[in-house]
Amino acid sequence: MSGIRIEALRKRYGSGDMAVAALKGVDMEVAPGEVIGLIGPSGSGKSTLLKCLGAVIEPTGGKMVLGGKTIYDDGWKISDLRMLRRDSIGFIFQAPHLIPFLNALDNVALLPMLAGNPDDESRERAMELLEALDVAHRAVAMPSQLSGGEQQRVSIARALANRPPVILADEPTAPLDSERALSVVRILHSMAKQYETAIIVVTHDEKIIPTFHRIYRIRDGKTVEEAGEGRSTAGEIAE
Amino acid sequence: MISLAGRDILHGWGKFVLTSIGLGLLIGVTLTMGGVYRGMVDDAKVLLDNSGADLWVVQRETIGPYAESSSIYDDVRRSVFGMPGVERAANVTYLTTQVRRGGEDTRVMVAGVEPGEPGAPGQPGYLTAGRHLARSHYEAVADEATGFRIGDTIRIRRNSHTVVGLTRRMVSSGGDLMVFIPLKDAQEAQFLKDNDAILQQRRRTAANPSLNRPGVPEMLDGVIASQGVNPYVNAVLVRLLPGADPEKTAEHMRRWMRLEVYTRAQMEEILLGKLIATSSKQIAMILVILAVVSAAIVAFIIYTLTLEKIREIAVLKLIGTKNRTIIGMIMQQAIALGVLGFMIGKVSATFWAPKFPKYVLLEVRDTAMGFAAVIIMCVVASLLAIRVAVRVDPAEAIG
Repeated sequence: MSGIRIEALRKRYGSGDMAVAALKGVDMEVAPGEVIGLIGPSGSGKSTLLKCLGAVIEPTGGKMVLGGKTIYDDGWKISDLRMLRRDSIGFIFQAPHLIPFLNALDNVALLPMLAGNPDDESRERAMELLEALDVAHRAVAMPSQLSGGEQQRVSIARALANRPPVILADEPTAPLDSERALSVVRILHSMAKQYETAIIVVTHDEKIIPTFHRIYRIRDGKTVEEAGEGRSTAGEIAE
Repeated sequence: MISLAGRDILHGWGKFVLTSIGLGLLIGVTLTMGGVYRGMVDDAKVLLDNSGADLWVVQRETIGPYAESSSIYDDVRRSVFGMPGVERAANVTYLTTQVRRGGEDTRVMVAGVEPGEPGAPGQPGYLTAGRHLARSHYEAVADEATGFRIGDTIRIRRNSHTVVGLTRRMVSSGGDLMVFIPLKDAQEAQFLKDNDAILQQRRRTAANPSLNRPGVPEMLDGVIASQGVNPYVNAVLVRLLPGADPEKTAEHMRRWMRLEVYTRAQMEEILLGKLIATSSKQIAMILVILAVVSAAIVAFIIYTLTLEKIREIAVLKLIGTKNRTIIGMIMQQAIALGVLGFMIGKVSATFWAPKFPKYVLLEVRDTAMGFAAVIIMCVVASLLAIRVAVRVDPAEAIG
């Protein structure tokens, strides 16, 4: 199976008496096409886990396998984390964080371009994604001209642009009302299925929690897997 | 690949253009200051070029006639003319003074030259209108930039002179426009006292028992007569025969005539190295300050623009953008700012330079050097912003 798998992932900040263990051995596995929720109270280690999964901070120990390839085993197993983030991990943020001086199409096309794809091909791929997300009609609009929902859909398209095996979404529905939040989740499910991508959603949003295939609750630096009560709801949403 | 710098500039073009205009005006001032210096140097060289002299014979132990006052007898010219290698020799006087034109004062350098000798050293090289000085008194040839026209009257001290010819680009080393008048009038203007002073001088001479002896009445008349004569000039300008060695001829004159003799190279050194040296240093200081201020402004602008984009830079880094791409974006923006600013500065300087009262010379070489300096300055100024951008943690995008 590809997707992402982590085993006994640990992260400690500081050293000696001042050391703080943020992650104390996290296990998690997300299959392609799966959308899982990562929930927990503030300070439980969600952001730290997300940063470790996103290869922006280095864990202290454990193992990470991404897309069938071990990327961390008590140390990074790949030399270029930038390339790993570009090609293998998609990011969706609480705020869309689109590049304000690029239009919607180029915000999405930028990633394939950064990966060395020709401009035409990159824009073609970006347009396909915008069409899939129903924002193709706003392709040439600047981010400031898009509504909040449109911006979030463009940011989802950007996360998918390089067909990564995993997408990390950090509170993607926080600024949205219930209807739009469910709409975004529906899109995530649809994209996960369509592009065979594992999606991890960090959220506090109670109304979308039932939609996840599975839920990982993180507390005191450890995860507990729960069967999402809304598995069936997820299935409905995915449709 | 998308030009991130270009897109960012287009996105906030109003701010970018306004910033460029501000920077451009500063660059324009810097270019103009450089032009003022070049103008001073050119004025000094033009003065020497237009004099048509190979040697300057002046009072001993002075660096006259331009950098110091010099006074020698006018009959020295005959001795100089007799020296081997000399083709022509001419007496000249120089006097910087205010003359009135209409209701306005104009500062000019009055050169006294011998009339009827066009082409002699010290004479105006060419005329744009009218004729050369022909009479011994009360005529003038003026630089056309003074505003005088043929037939106008120029009042210099006690005498009025009618403009009979106009010339062009005849200036002193200080940039004052030149007016040529007959030598005798110039000597009088420079050395002759006013009537009250002459009366006082005669009274004092008469009161001096050694000059007014009872038994020798003609002695007082002789002394007073000698006081009314003006046999002085500031310099003798010499043109050498083709093939004559200026240095050897000058050395010969120094040895036998007990006067100071300067060659063209020495005179240029005096004008550039001594007369305008302080002004040059002054301008150089201003140029350095302007360059530092310009660099600081560019650095501040680029730094501010970068700080405004910290979140976007973090996102770009998170999604895998190379540091090189981000550095390129910042540097391209800095260079674009410099290029646009320089273009505005160059146009501004070209527009306002002719309106300056003194000659401002904007040389192509200086423009090219200025452009290179601006680009280097922009690149260096962007380093601070680049340092900030490179240190941005991609994790900041996650929160």
